[in-house]
Amino acid sequence: MLNIALPKGRLGEKVYEMFEKAGYDCPSIHEKNRKLIFENKEKDICFFWVKPSDVNIYVERGAADIGVAGKDILLEYEPDVYELVDLDIGKCMMAEAARNGYIDQIQRTKRVATKFENIARNYYASIGRDIDIIHLNGSIELAPILGLSDVIVDIVETGTTLKENDLAVVEKIVDISARLIANKSSYEFKKAQINAIADALREQTEQRKEKA
Amino acid sequence: MEINETVLKEEERIAFILRSLYRQYGFLQYKMSKFEEYDLYANCRDFLVSDNIITFTDTNGKLMALKPDVTLSIVRSTRDIPGYVNKVFYNENVYRVSHGSHAFKEIMQVGLECIGAIDDYNIFETVLLAVKSLSAISPEHILSLSHLNIISSLLAELGLDKEEQKQAVRLIGNKNMHEFKKFCEEVQAKRNEPAARSIDEVIDILMLNDEPSKVIEILETKGCDAKAVNELKALTTMLNAAGEGERIVIDFSVVSDLNYYNGIVFKGYIKGVPESVLSGGQYDALLKKMEKSQQAVGFAVYMDFLERYFEKDEPYELDAVIKYDEDTDRRYLFNAVQVALNKGLKVTAQKEISDKLRYKTLYRIDEYGALKEVSNA
Repeated sequence: MLNIALPKGRLGEKVYEMFEKAGYDCPSIHEKNRKLIFENKEKDICFFWVKPSDVNIYVERGAADIGVAGKDILLEYEPDVYELVDLDIGKCMMAEAARNGYIDQIQRTKRVATKFENIARNYYASIGRDIDIIHLNGSIELAPILGLSDVIVDIVETGTTLKENDLAVVEKIVDISARLIANKSSYEFKKAQINAIADALREQTEQRKEKA
Repeated sequence: MEINETVLKEEERIAFILRSLYRQYGFLQYKMSKFEEYDLYANCRDFLVSDNIITFTDTNGKLMALKPDVTLSIVRSTRDIPGYVNKVFYNENVYRVSHGSHAFKEIMQVGLECIGAIDDYNIFETVLLAVKSLSAISPEHILSLSHLNIISSLLAELGLDKEEQKQAVRLIGNKNMHEFKKFCEEVQAKRNEPAARSIDEVIDILMLNDEPSKVIEILETKGCDAKAVNELKALTTMLNAAGEGERIVIDFSVVSDLNYYNGIVFKGYIKGVPESVLSGGQYDALLKKMEKSQQAVGFAVYMDFLERYFEKDEPYELDAVIKYDEDTDRRYLFNAVQVALNKGLKVTAQKEISDKLRYKTLYRIDEYGALKEVSNA
């Protein structure tokens, strides 16, 4: 049985559709109940929904053989897993943003508010900028408005929230999208099944790109 | 007194098997102190699995470390005797930050190192012992083999310089071919020079994961680094001849830091254990860095997973509890314990019984000194 961890929410539903289209469906997943695990014995697969930021943990520790996680989560937690396919959905970017008219004062330590400490630390280290990280768990956009930080490092999808709060992207850090990940040991023992799924999902991604 | 194997924990039992296996093959046990001078690690930080080290100041003011690694100590203490190969094995605890918990952990590690005038036979013997070590743990194992020279020559054919190769190797290690492709395209666009091989062809080769004969055939047709391919071929042919070739695959995502490793590298997996349990390879570059002229090959088996994945849940801690009181004749009690011991039972004599104690049968002693079963727990 191949265990597949999917991220709860809109992205997870899109990902499940891709699995379904590739022939790895599990009809019971559409039933309205409180079940946590959905099996398709014939296809020898089993799906479960987990919090998006937990997918990497389930896969790294082998509770799931494969899963779908955002690149933001992979960069932040750096799990020791294979990253097999860029599914090219859930696209957004990790960016540095600040109040409109912000001027970087390079003579001062930059105060950075973020939920993604590791990504921010690595990014500023790569450009040699001294920073002070302020870890927040939500409403990151508030920080520069209230003067808590100079900038924020956060996910930017459409940019609407930034615009409505008189903020703007200063620098793109990295592109983000959903990735198919696999446990390294599971891959060795179930590679035929994992490769078949990876190939099918990769093909759909390519087709979608060609259409666009 | 003979050792009853049932009292051994799984990790202890396997450590014994591995130690006797290595002894048979002529490896000598290397015993080391728990502490090393910190300088030893500071100079080769990237060689260590994690860069966090527990340090303290010794009474003479020297900065010491609780050893996070065994290989560096062995390399340092090995004498260079021309033509000779030092073969040592170890069974030591190391202190590292575990990947998941971000906290220091004591990890039992068993492994071996060959240091000196290494030839193809030494490499074969090391890989053979790696496979035999995995077999001792579980029949369901896989050894993934790779050759770093094949990878670096492919990357050179794409026009990547040494620094860029290091970044590319990280992506190869994660089988992250979409970002690998993007990275190579960016480098090539910058260089604007024709590459010797197309990126897609390199990706096809790097993604191979199959039995050695099939992969080697492809590598030969594709004209990959002939010397390295021949080394892989000779090695896997020998392993087949030794009857240990069945559970070996070639997989180029087995990569190690190019600063320290070169040539053959490998990782071992056990079904049901989520991470690799064995890791090793040739590390001539580390010796060069430590200003030694020898070559080296070795591997380590990480024993910390055995407790988690192989220890069986036992319904009882004890077979028998003999309950006695102040009036019980102590000679009768001793005889009763002896009777139970002779039956091979794990037994304790107690006046009161803790409700946490899990035992199979409760006994008391009757007025004639005989054991009477009270109840099944």
